[in-house]
Amino acid sequence: MPILTVHNLTVRFGGILALDSVSFDVDEGAIVGLIGPNGAGKTTLFNCLSRLDTPDGGDVRFDGRPILGLSAHRIAALGIGRTFQNLALFPTLTVLQNVMVGVHCRTGSDVLSNALWLPWVGREEAATRERASELLRFLDLGALADHPAAGLPFGTLKRVELARALASRPRLLLVDEPAGGLNHEEVATLAKLLRAIRDSRGVTVLLVEHHMGLVMQVSDKVVVLDFGRKIAEGRPADVQRNPDVIRAYLGTDARVGAEAV
Amino acid sequence: MRRGQGWLRAIPPAALALGCVLPFLLSNFRLFQFTQVGIYAIALLGLNILTGYNGQISLGHGAFYALGAYTTAIMIDKWNVPYGWTIPVAGLVCLAVGFLFGIPALRLEGLYLALATFALALAVPQILKYFEYWTGGSQGIVLSKPEPPLGLGLSPDQWLYFVTLGVLVVLFVLGANLLRGRTGRAIVAIRDNPIAAQAMGVNSALYKSLTFGVSAAYTGVAGALSALAIAFVAPDAFNVFLSITFLVGIVIGGLASISGAIFGALFIQFVPNWAQEISKAAPWAMYGIFLIVFMYVMPRGIAGSLWLAWTRLARVGRTGRAG
Repeated sequence: MPILTVHNLTVRFGGILALDSVSFDVDEGAIVGLIGPNGAGKTTLFNCLSRLDTPDGGDVRFDGRPILGLSAHRIAALGIGRTFQNLALFPTLTVLQNVMVGVHCRTGSDVLSNALWLPWVGREEAATRERASELLRFLDLGALADHPAAGLPFGTLKRVELARALASRPRLLLVDEPAGGLNHEEVATLAKLLRAIRDSRGVTVLLVEHHMGLVMQVSDKVVVLDFGRKIAEGRPADVQRNPDVIRAYLGTDARVGAEAV
Repeated sequence: MRRGQGWLRAIPPAALALGCVLPFLLSNFRLFQFTQVGIYAIALLGLNILTGYNGQISLGHGAFYALGAYTTAIMIDKWNVPYGWTIPVAGLVCLAVGFLFGIPALRLEGLYLALATFALALAVPQILKYFEYWTGGSQGIVLSKPEPPLGLGLSPDQWLYFVTLGVLVVLFVLGANLLRGRTGRAIVAIRDNPIAAQAMGVNSALYKSLTFGVSAAYTGVAGALSALAIAFVAPDAFNVFLSITFLVGIVIGGLASISGAIFGALFIQFVPNWAQEISKAAPWAMYGIFLIVFMYVMPRGIAGSLWLAWTRLARVGRTGRAG
């Protein structure tokens, strides 16, 4: 049963077709890799799913429900969390507070009861803090809880983004290039982490990533975009041998993934 | 650090205790100045919630100050409403007007919003003159100072000071609560990264309008208190310069800081007087020099610089003990 269905999704920026009738499914409990050369439309697709971009055509269903009519702030509560390719943290907030913002869509205290700090607001705040702290421990960020997000290394901030996205209890997690700037060892840890997020937390993962080794290693299925069109979809081993994919990446007959070995 | 924070927690009650004995130590004129500081501090906290915490620049908060002041003045003048009731009503009127103004303001960012609010500040004195029946036109409205309750043995100035102090304490506690929880994080998240805030489920349109309303309500309550304290309202007191003064107050006091509102209020109340004492001929030139020196020495505002100095001291203390 697919948790996410993308059907004929089309996005134009001026005269450029950023996405051209892209269709694919993401099964519940799967890790799906979304790959393609720079400018293939991967982040545009993510932005459509989180409603930051509005497509010109097509349909997106999450859990059977169309989501393109919803505004961006409704998406998180639906159960779709995301991270950003170039980091989109709140620099003046601490690491813990950043993650606590992730819990926003699962809490409900309003402005007035916040100002009066009614008893249940205190309980909600404590639960929010507890949930965020638990995620910081899970992502090995506990020691940095009270550090402002500004000034931490890129790789650490990527983990803070993961923690923040998980804080909203997503059923589907959109991860945009988590391996960017990581070394070999850190990528191996990340692969384990992505599996743990799926296995122990039951979160379906849609992964945009340039690091072929990582994608091929963790994905149950890979979708390949090139110039806004889907050129291949299938098991990692099959996609790697697909001649269209090889051509798109290298323009020659070299084998995709060789760089990762 | 933990020990240091314990000390920090003692500061607000100590400041409050000092605030309570002040009326018995100062002359009536000095006391009136401190009443004015309290009033400014409330207005500045309001503006700081909007500009410092939420990142929406307002050059027009003098307009909400005026709206609060006139709400109080008209209610007393036309309907003989007891002055105590006029203060919350002024706050609610400004909450509603601020919220409604905040909705179209959603389309404006940064300097464009600053210009739109600036237009509000420009228009208000003339609008006030236009509705002469209600506002008394350019003559304004003369009120009588609230009488202190019998049996307390306080002078009217002392009573007004305590009313202001009471309102200030309530509004500062409410503000601090608002800013430390879910709402406060959402307000700051919108300022820091509006797109990420939306992606985390923050309804930024709603929060920005609400923040505008809350901010206007604080400033309106301050305006209401000022009408009572001065016992007089007139349109030309609420000119553009007042709005700019508020902005100066929050920047000098410390953006996105609650205590900064108090420091900023002390600055905008007393520094112009000092400038006047130093040079009768060019007080604004002196004020300008004060401004530049403050920004140069304390680029993060008074509150920010004090905090920085405190954390450095705490660190030195720790390493000193360890060594």
